[in-house]
Amino acid sequence: MKICITAQGSDLESEVDPRFGRCQYFVFYDTDDLKSEFVSNQNKDGMGGVGVQSGQLMADKGVKVLLTGNVGPNAYTTLQAGKVEIITGVSGKVINAIEKYKRGEFKPTDGPSVDSHFGTK
Amino acid sequence: MIISVASGKGGTGKTTVSTSLALSIGKDAQILDCDVEEPNAHIFIKPKIEKKESVSIPVPKIDESKCVFCGKCQEACVYNVIAVIPATSERSGKTLTFQELCHGCGACSYLCPVGAIKEVPRETGIIEMGYAGDLEFIHGRLNIGEAMAPPLIREVKKKIDKNKTVIIDAPPGTSCPVITSIQGSDYCLLVTEPTPFGLNDLVLAVEVLKEMNVPFGVVINRADLGDSKTEEYCEKENIPILMRVPFNKEIAQSYSKGIPIIEGMPEYKRSFEELLKKIKEEMKK
Repeated sequence: MKICITAQGSDLESEVDPRFGRCQYFVFYDTDDLKSEFVSNQNKDGMGGVGVQSGQLMADKGVKVLLTGNVGPNAYTTLQAGKVEIITGVSGKVINAIEKYKRGEFKPTDGPSVDSHFGTK
Repeated sequence: MIISVASGKGGTGKTTVSTSLALSIGKDAQILDCDVEEPNAHIFIKPKIEKKESVSIPVPKIDESKCVFCGKCQEACVYNVIAVIPATSERSGKTLTFQELCHGCGACSYLCPVGAIKEVPRETGIIEMGYAGDLEFIHGRLNIGEAMAPPLIREVKKKIDKNKTVIIDAPPGTSCPVITSIQGSDYCLLVTEPTPFGLNDLVLAVEVLKEMNVPFGVVINRADLGDSKTEEYCEKENIPILMRVPFNKEIAQSYSKGIPIIEGMPEYKRSFEELLKKIKEEMKK
């Protein structure tokens, strides 16, 4: 199963990026073959709608679970349509977040955790 | 003749100048408040509003029964309005639109290969029109929460009567709403104040106007405050200073009561008539 973690750097020791739409990197991690792929976020400096497009990317990549700091309302709606389970409030190193997820220590969120434009502040 | 009144910095006196300039002309003049995010010229002009119009932009509406989830609309949209989520074994297909992000360009409906996108109007603001005596007044009011002023400003500007002397009260700054307001003007007045902030933003506004090829001159408000750097800059750049308004308690008091300078202090009527004369002379150069 493919999960995605937002990251501030391009390795598993990087910190989780608290922003979803405007994160530095997306880490796509496969819980079956344990392979990870780092994708630089092309939308991070976009004028607007970055949550929508990052949500689109999750759907395109077939992500089932997203681990991040916060998601805004538009990202939330898009992720919901893509049937992506959203876990917010994640912090610390990416590798630790993955381990915690595997141990079942996270609970999915049931709504956007921040308002529009949170990631621009 | 279209004269726009702009400034880099906010709060320098655009409305003070534009309203008194328009009132000093009176008959055969039109004032357009293009600061649609917070219009305030009406406070001074006190027009009787006779007509209101709703202004909309076209936004996409998806016919899900026709959509084939090809993603062409999503790729075409530079404002990230659309997300296309194709169906998988776990989810049904969905095409989402976030209409508050839409600029109304129409690319999505134009490029849709199956005609699944219809454009529907979404109101972003209103235009109000009326008169104060002989002076024609028009302004736009952007609806609360709307981010895009230029489409509404363009509609306000369609009300321009070329047979009249048109005064445009522009928004502050140097971004899209300001450019949209000034575009097509025969002359632009830049209102500034002789402070470091005023000068910094004046320089930015001057760069914009040079790029736009609109002739311009400067009005220095609160001219006896601050320092002489603004005067020195204008001299060096060969920018005419067409008017100096002193820092005067009476002007401030009038302003705070919504009284235009030329009504609170009638001796200023001549100064504004003089200003219009100077603008006309500058335009001949």
